[in-house]
Amino acid sequence: MNAPASHSLPAIAIPERMLTFGLGGEHFAIDAQCVREIMEVPAITRVPGAPAFADGLLNVRGAIVPLADLAIVFGMERAAHNADTRIIVIEAAVEEEAATIGILADKVFDVASLDGAPVESPPQVGMKWRTDFIIGIARHAGRFVILPDLPRIFTECVGQIHRAAPHLPA
Amino acid sequence: MSDGADPVAAFRIEAGELLDQVERALLDLTGAPAHRGLIDEVFRGLHTLKGSGAMFGFDALARFTHHCESAFDRVRKGQAPASRALIDVVLSARDHMQALIDAGNSSDPALDGAGEAILARLASAVATAPAAAAMDAAPAPEAAPPEAEAGWQIRFRLPEGALANGSNPLALLDELRDLGPCTVVCRMGELPALDAFAPAECHAAWEVTWAAADAGEISREAIEDVFLFLIDDMELTITRPGAPAATADAPPLPADTAEGPAAPRPAGPPRESVRVQAERLDELMNRVGELVIAQSRLELLAMAQGQVDAASLRAVSEDIQRLSAELRDTSMALRMMPVAHLFGRFRRLIHDLAQETGKSIELVTDGEATEVDKTVIERLADPMIHVIRNSCDHGLEPAGERAAAGKPATGRIVLSARQAGGEVLIAIRDDGRGINRARVRAKAEAQGLIAPGAPLADAELLQMIFAPGFSTAAAITNLSGRGVGMDVVKRSIETLRGTIDIDSTEGDGTTITLHLPLTLAIIECMLVRVGAGRYAIPLSAVEECLELPATEVAGTRRRNFLDVRGELVPYLRLHDSFASDHPADLYQKVIVVAQGRGRVGLVVDQILGNTQTVIKSLSRFHAGVSAFSGATILGDGSVALILDVGALIAGAQKARRTRGDRPAESAGEAA
Repeated sequence: MNAPASHSLPAIAIPERMLTFGLGGEHFAIDAQCVREIMEVPAITRVPGAPAFADGLLNVRGAIVPLADLAIVFGMERAAHNADTRIIVIEAAVEEEAATIGILADKVFDVASLDGAPVESPPQVGMKWRTDFIIGIARHAGRFVILPDLPRIFTECVGQIHRAAPHLPA
Repeated sequence: MSDGADPVAAFRIEAGELLDQVERALLDLTGAPAHRGLIDEVFRGLHTLKGSGAMFGFDALARFTHHCESAFDRVRKGQAPASRALIDVVLSARDHMQALIDAGNSSDPALDGAGEAILARLASAVATAPAAAAMDAAPAPEAAPPEAEAGWQIRFRLPEGALANGSNPLALLDELRDLGPCTVVCRMGELPALDAFAPAECHAAWEVTWAAADAGEISREAIEDVFLFLIDDMELTITRPGAPAATADAPPLPADTAEGPAAPRPAGPPRESVRVQAERLDELMNRVGELVIAQSRLELLAMAQGQVDAASLRAVSEDIQRLSAELRDTSMALRMMPVAHLFGRFRRLIHDLAQETGKSIELVTDGEATEVDKTVIERLADPMIHVIRNSCDHGLEPAGERAAAGKPATGRIVLSARQAGGEVLIAIRDDGRGINRARVRAKAEAQGLIAPGAPLADAELLQMIFAPGFSTAAAITNLSGRGVGMDVVKRSIETLRGTIDIDSTEGDGTTITLHLPLTLAIIECMLVRVGAGRYAIPLSAVEECLELPATEVAGTRRRNFLDVRGELVPYLRLHDSFASDHPADLYQKVIVVAQGRGRVGLVVDQILGNTQTVIKSLSRFHAGVSAFSGATILGDGSVALILDVGALIAGAQKARRTRGDRPAESAGEAA
C-alpha cells in the first residue's frame, strides 16, 4: 500500500486518496485503495481466548472476517458502539499474505486527497504510541491525521499471537 | 489446462500425467513382463513426452527421454526383454525426467551427471543377453507367423477429434503403402446427415488391401504399429480375406493372466486432465438453471404490489430449499475423488521399499473406487506413506524369519477403503510380526507414560505408539526410526477430523485403520448457547446429552468430574472457560463428546438444535486459539464458532494430569 516509512526522511510518499475516520478522539487516514466496503456494525461474534486486539468475527457477505480494533493497538479506551460506529472492511497484507479484515471506526469522515498536505514522520519522543506503527502524521483541515501502518500492525499482532499461543484454560 | 494461459505450465501438468502413466505401466510390467499393451503404453508415454518436451524447449528432457524411448522401442520389437533391471532403470529415469521438468531450462551439472549415470545403466540393461532376447523376451503375442499366403485387408476409421489432435490420414496411408503395394479405397458410407456434420472432423473410412503376393513380409504388428498412437480409440479391423474378422480395438492381449498370478491391473481408466465427470457438471448446471427460475419467481413475489400470497411464497421457499440441498450434494460430489488416486502412488513406494529393505513385498488394494473429498486425499498421502513405511520396515519380517514362522516368503501389504455411514475407513494391513506388547509397555513405562505395572486395556496400550517421542522403531524392532513419529501421523489425521484405530495380533500382523469424515467442508453440528454466544459442536463427536445434576450446579465448583453411569467423565464449564459475562442459566446441560478414546463433558446453557454447517477456517489472528476448529455462518447471518473437540479433550486431560487426579481445584479460571 505504501512505501515503508523511513524516519530519517521528512518527505513521505502517501497514497493519493485517503479514507479518514475517527477513533478514540483522534483522526486516522488509510489508503482508500485498500478499502473494500464500509458497513454498519452487524452482529459481532466474540472469540473467547483471542487477543483483545482481534477478538471478534463478522459475516461480510458470506465470508467470515476477523474484526480488529486499532483502539487496543494504540492504547485507547474502547468506546461503546453508537449510531456513528462503522466497520471498515479492508484488504491488507498480513505476513505477506492477502487478508480481509474489518477495523472499527467511531466515525467515518470522508475520502480526501491529502495531496500537498505536509506529512511528517512521527516524533521520536513524546509519543504515547509505538512510532513504528505509524507511517507519518499529516496536517489536514487544521487537524493532525495519523497514518497507521496497517500491514505492519497486523503482522506484528499475528506474530505476538503465534508467540503467545493463548490456550483455553481448562 | 482448459484455460491454458501458460503453455509451459500446461506442459508440466501433461508431463506429470504422462510420467504417472509410464510409471503405472512399468510397475504393472514387473508382474507381466511380456504384456504387449503395457510395453506399448510405456513407449507411447515416453514418445509423447519426448515430442512435447522438445516442443516446449525442454531439450535436455527430450534428449534424455529419447534414450529411454529407444530402449523401449527395442523391447517393443522383441529385441530386448522387459527385464526387472530395465524396469528399475527406467523407473529411476522417470524420476530423473521429473527432475528435468522441474528444473526447466536451467542446466545443473549435478543433474546432468545423474542423467549420464542412468543412461549408462540403461545401456547395460538393454545390452544384457542380446542373443537370448529373441528367445525369452516379449515374444510377440500370438506370435504371428508370416502369413504370406493370405494377404491382408484392413478397414479403419479415425477417432473423433483425430484431425484436431494432429493426426494426418494421408500420412497414415503413406505409411501403409510403405509396407507394401496395396489398394486403398475410401468409404464415405458413414457420412452423417448434414445437420450433424462437423466440418472439422474426419468422417471418411478407408479400406486397404494387400494382395497375397505383396503381403509376404507384412505382419499384423507392422500394421498395428502404423496406428500406434490412435489404436486405443479408433475403429480398426484387420482381416485376412476369407478369414473371420478380428477387431483390434483393444490390442491383442497376451496370455499374461495365464503366466503369473495376480498381475496388478490398473484400477479404473487412465487419469485424464478433466478430473470432474462430465455428467456431474451437467447436473450442477441443471440445478443452477432451476435455481435461476426459482429466484425469478421469488423476485416476482417480492415486486408484487400489496399482498403477498403466503402459499406461493412458501412454495418458492420450499423449491429453493430443495435446490440448495441438491446443489450442495452435487457440488460436494464434484470434490470427491476415488482413493485409487491415492493408492496408485503407493505402488511405487512399495516397489522402492522392497528394494531398500531387500524384502519381497506384494501390494494388494481393495475398494479403490471409494470416493473421498479431494482435500482429504491430498492431505492423507504423507501420513499414509509413513504408516506404510513402518509396516514394510518394522512390520514385515525378512524372508528367513517368515519362512521359519510358516508364512509365505512374500510379505503382503493390503490397502483397503470402504465407506461406513458418514465415514470412510482406510485400512493399512500387513501380515508381519505384529506389535510386541511387552516391548511397548516397557518403553511406555521407561518414558513415564504409564505407571509401572498399571493395568491398561489392550487398545490403550497400543495407542501408546502414538505418544509424542515414542519411537516404535526402537521399541519394536531395533531398526532406526526416521525422526518422524507416529504422533505426527495421528496429528495429521486429527486435523482432518479423523481418528486412528490400531489392531495387532502378535505374529500375525497389524492393521491400522484411519476413520475419516467423508468431507471436510460441510458437517452436521449441534448448536448450543453458552452465555450470549452460540457455538457448534460436530455431531459425530456427541455421545449424549444430560442435565447437569443439581449437586454440580455452579457455585459448588468443588469437583469437575461427573458420574455417567458409573464412569468418571471430566467436564468443562464452557461458561467459565469462555469467560462469559452473561449470567449462567439455572438448568445447564452437559454434552458428552468423545474423540478416539477420550471423553469430556461440556457444560452449556442451552441446546438449540442440529444444523448443517459450512466450515470456514479461522483467520491467522485466531489460529492460536485452540478451542475452535473453525467458524460457520448461521441462518440469521451471524457467525458461530465450531468447537474443536479434540483440543478440548486434550486440554481436559492435561488439566486432569497436572492436578494429579485430585478433584479439588476449581473447574476453570476465567480466560
